Amino acid sequence: MNNHSSIDLKAARIKGGVATDQRHDSAHKHVTGQAVYIDDMPEPAGTLHGCLGLSTVAHGTIREIDVSAVRSAPGVVDVLLASDVPGENDISPTGRHDEPVLADGKVQFYGQPIFCVIAETREAARRATRHAKISYTELPAIIDIGELDPVSSKLVTPPLTLKRGDAKAAIADAPRRLKGQMRVGGQEHFYLEGHIAMAIPGEDQDVTIYCSTQHPSEVQHMVGHALGVPSHAVMVEIRRMGGGFGGKETQGNQFAALAAIAAKKHHRAVKIRPDRDDDMIATGKRHDFLIDYEVGFDDEGRILGVDFMFAARCGFSADLSGPVTDRALFHCDNTYFYPNVLARSAPLYTNTVSNTAFRGFGGPQGMVGAERVIEEVAFAVGKDPLEIRKLNFYGPNGDKNGDRNVTPYHQTVEDNIIHRVIAELEESCDYARRRRTIDAFNANSDIIKRGLALTPVKFGISFTATHYNQAGALVHVYTDGSVHLNHGGTEMGQGLNTKVAQVVAEEFQIDLDQVKITATTTGKVPNTSATAASSGTDLNGMAAQNGARQIKDRLIDFAAKKYQVPHDQIVFLPNRVRVGNQEIAFADLIKQAYMARIQLSAAGFYKTPKIHWNRDKGEGRPFYYFAYGASCSEVSIDTLTGEYVVERTDILHETGRSLNRAIDLGQIEGGFIQGMGWLTTEELWWDDKGRLRTHAPSTYKIPLASDRPKIFNVVLADWPEAHEPTIHRSKAVGEPPFPLGMSVLHALSDAVASVANHKICPRLDAPATPERVLMAVERLKAEARRRA
Amino acid sequence: MAIKTRTEIRFLLNSETVTLKDVAPDETLLDYLRLRRSLRGSKEGCAEGDCGACTVLVGRLSDGKLVYESVNACIRFMGSLDGLHVVTIEHLGGEGGNLHPVQQAMVDFHGSQCGFCTPGFVMSLYGLWMRSPEPGDAAIEKALQGNLCRCTGYEAIVRAAKAISSYGKAAKDPLAAERSRVAARLQEWRDGSRVEIGIGDARFAIPGNVDDFATILEAAPKATVVAGSTDVGLWVTKHMREISPAIFIGNLDGLQTISEKDGVISIGAGVTYTDAFELLSKRIPAFGPLIDRIGGEQVRNMGTIGGNIANGSPIGDMPPPLIALGATLTLRKGRKRRTIPLEKFFVAYGKQDRLPGEFVEAVHVPVPAKSAKFAIYKITKRRDEDITAALGAFYLTLARNGMVENIRIAYGGMAATPKRATAVERALTGKPWSAATVEAALRAYAADFTPLTDMRASAEYRALAARNLLRRFFVETQGGKAPLQVSRTEAA
Repeated sequence: MNNHSSIDLKAARIKGGVATDQRHDSAHKHVTGQAVYIDDMPEPAGTLHGCLGLSTVAHGTIREIDVSAVRSAPGVVDVLLASDVPGENDISPTGRHDEPVLADGKVQFYGQPIFCVIAETREAARRATRHAKISYTELPAIIDIGELDPVSSKLVTPPLTLKRGDAKAAIADAPRRLKGQMRVGGQEHFYLEGHIAMAIPGEDQDVTIYCSTQHPSEVQHMVGHALGVPSHAVMVEIRRMGGGFGGKETQGNQFAALAAIAAKKHHRAVKIRPDRDDDMIATGKRHDFLIDYEVGFDDEGRILGVDFMFAARCGFSADLSGPVTDRALFHCDNTYFYPNVLARSAPLYTNTVSNTAFRGFGGPQGMVGAERVIEEVAFAVGKDPLEIRKLNFYGPNGDKNGDRNVTPYHQTVEDNIIHRVIAELEESCDYARRRRTIDAFNANSDIIKRGLALTPVKFGISFTATHYNQAGALVHVYTDGSVHLNHGGTEMGQGLNTKVAQVVAEEFQIDLDQVKITATTTGKVPNTSATAASSGTDLNGMAAQNGARQIKDRLIDFAAKKYQVPHDQIVFLPNRVRVGNQEIAFADLIKQAYMARIQLSAAGFYKTPKIHWNRDKGEGRPFYYFAYGASCSEVSIDTLTGEYVVERTDILHETGRSLNRAIDLGQIEGGFIQGMGWLTTEELWWDDKGRLRTHAPSTYKIPLASDRPKIFNVVLADWPEAHEPTIHRSKAVGEPPFPLGMSVLHALSDAVASVANHKICPRLDAPATPERVLMAVERLKAEARRRA
Repeated sequence: MAIKTRTEIRFLLNSETVTLKDVAPDETLLDYLRLRRSLRGSKEGCAEGDCGACTVLVGRLSDGKLVYESVNACIRFMGSLDGLHVVTIEHLGGEGGNLHPVQQAMVDFHGSQCGFCTPGFVMSLYGLWMRSPEPGDAAIEKALQGNLCRCTGYEAIVRAAKAISSYGKAAKDPLAAERSRVAARLQEWRDGSRVEIGIGDARFAIPGNVDDFATILEAAPKATVVAGSTDVGLWVTKHMREISPAIFIGNLDGLQTISEKDGVISIGAGVTYTDAFELLSKRIPAFGPLIDRIGGEQVRNMGTIGGNIANGSPIGDMPPPLIALGATLTLRKGRKRRTIPLEKFFVAYGKQDRLPGEFVEAVHVPVPAKSAKFAIYKITKRRDEDITAALGAFYLTLARNGMVENIRIAYGGMAATPKRATAVERALTGKPWSAATVEAALRAYAADFTPLTDMRASAEYRALAARNLLRRFFVETQGGKAPLQVSRTEAA
């Protein structure tokens, strides 16, 4: 991005500062095919290729592994088994030692990696893999969580309980009460670029890994453990991912570890890029949940007490299931105040792939539970669900009934703007009139029914593991005034690098194209957190700003001394610096500083203030702040087949003082569609042997362009600046828009409900495939006939 | 009949003439581009023709005219490229240089986020813009059915697609400028010779004409016949099956004719969905919306109706409607031809009435009389680019007195083969075409079908939805104002 010709020394405003709509820094490279992903890098001569050999039973002990025919297949160089792991055969990201690199003695899901073929070509490795003969003693396998007991069944990690007031008593004493269960499905990430790692051996114990990962530091640690070498021997680099969505937070460890082991063993570069099917079978997904709920409420529909059990299919190991199921509980309130609440999680062990992070990280599942409860109450009292939503919102700021703003985890909601968001959206989308129009339409249409729903979102921002809320950055200013920016965040398409570069450009008051964005590498910024939890810009933007400020402070000290002016008379103007009465080009000042031996490089650092969390007590302030939004969707369903289309969606979503509205708009639109896909057509389907049968885009259906709402209005609510001093008062926008997709699920439910005159709650589970919609229609029709 | 033989394929790759002798029958275009040529702008996202990250354009002569179509390089075999023009993302714009209008629009409208799918989107939009410079929403969505994006939610991409023409005129595009030169080159290459490449278990042939194909196949009855490779491509990329010896027939003009005579449309086995669309949807309108929902644009540009029949899949979308229309199939072995009712072709799961060395040459489709009612309903989890859970096709003629004279109902996804609902037909035939008759006939479904549960749908859903399709067909024959199907194109 270094283009010196564009500098305008008289500019009133730099090009590309904060709060401007900058295109993605790699947009030109994306559209020309010149953006380099790991599989596009030139391979070192002699590069070998790996392919995983996967378990063909869901649970069992391995009696014998015979890979002799694999070894003798054309092009095969080696076959790695668990015994070939020189260090620890474990890649458990939370240190629970429950996830081997390669299965050792037992297998716990269909598709678990048992061996890894290393061959001269990827094709040879793939073909050879099929020649393995592995015999098992099969054990009973737990595939579904439907028959498990959330209290007594085996868990992969300790559960969490959130408790405020006395939910059971409140429910028992409530004028009305009901209970039910909801199933909400998992989700495949379907990043377009699958997992990939390339390891290049170095001298001594060294190895360099290029890996499509959101968490280079963790890859570094895992590779170090697997090789049995210190972290300093392992360098991990990633310039960009072709999508991550949480699927590359921990799941890249396996490929990186195996590539590194083979690379060190054979002194050759090794690349592992699984086929899409293997990627989908062998790596984790969003957790599916069974949510049991019981709620007590009054005749108006005001919730008095609620009791939740969130049981999740975690798979065979913990991975991130602990924090994921925790976050489900942290969001079981969504935007609602529960006077009395008990919420428990059950991270259940199953013989399926270990589920992992996915945009929202359990939060959306928690919110879906909250919205189901709202819907149940609405049907019970015979009101529009929107009325019940509004009735139960957290109190507004400064409300005289100030006690309606404490969450189930005892954090006070201080920045609540949901009332205004909902009011504005309700108005702009013409909710009331359309509700009447839809009723009239449905009265005259037997087969096609319309539905409408407006759902809110409140999403907690911060890693709930408090120590992850730190970040580092490395800023160099070169003698020509150009800036090299590096930070611990990773670019997966979300525009993080663009935003952080805008922050640095703003800080130095130089044009954006003077800031070079560089690949994330553990060698430049150490001990980083995953780029996750929507925190990328909040943390790394702050760290980069801090780095830039250190250099700026040194420049100011230098200029004050050299030109004998007070510090406050040194001002950074666009591409120049005013020192007393004169203006000096930024690059010139840098040259002078260099000649005076001023350090022009800085390591920036940031840690989020205020947050703390006591998991044992279930109390604290896990979130620095909340992000809010709402969406309203209208759908048409076909009551003969369950097929549907989304007629219209209106979104109002909060961004704080947006650093880049164009990028934020993309996050909101994309997040909504992804959330809609999760709740509609994206269905994971295991057969009775525990085989995932939806393991490719032919069988697993993410939304297409033609699944977008026919009318799609998205507005950024940037009127409220962030309540807390976040980076330029912007707000995180990665995950919060994802649950906006809930409005589609509830609109479908509303359309289904119309077949029984809105008297019966459809209890529509997710994903609401055409099949589930049709079956719900049939159920309601039958129930209505019975009642009539 | 002596035929000239070549031992190399030749094609244009962007601006370069490529001549290749060392090509395996199962070498894909994507691997060739990425591994052999280090042209790594085209990406592999799925290797099964579903995600579109590998989309390139292929230029071919169709009735003497040069047309460029989007295809999936991941399931396109090199052997099928003889005499064609391959255009990849590297042919458009470049670093430092001016971007192509398609690319500039994508940049300005923020159409990329992670960027991995982007080259494929650019190529699909490029193909669309060349033939339809100012497309509407429906045309854009159709052109993008075969391109998955997980980041943007597509909105920005559609905005970009609508704006492309404000950045430049399709007529001034570099490909348009060199059109006549390329067409002349491709024409010159059509020398009618047979191509034979490889030896042993890695060989393939490209017949010089249909007679030559018949000769080759008769001599090598176990050969894999590859037309559009939208199915065979996956045998290689997913199942790693050997396809040698392969016979690539995608270039045979003699199989690519579609014409109507005496009320019968004859479709050569090599006619793609795209090529069949115009005539078929004009003469039998129910085919329009069906074909629009088969695969994505790339698959429709490659896949053939003949292949959809020949592979015998129980979930192929063309056989049920063709069976309901009473279509017949011409099979050919050497010089011998026979014509059978299409429904007799499907013997059992994985078994068709095709002799060794025999091939599907054409399907003949009677155009229904104006008075007949004909409808096709395809049910999928996702509306577009999804494999059928169940598909029903209904053909009905009524006697003057309103009695059912002739009804043919055929389903896909309900049995091991595409299958007639004969018991249901019997329950309807000769009865008044009324709601009561239809409701009574629904009981006969149990005699016709015992559907399975799989990842696409449960047995219960299939059974229920299949019955409901008959209800829908009945309601649609009655007219009325209320909408009967959800529709993508009508605005709310």
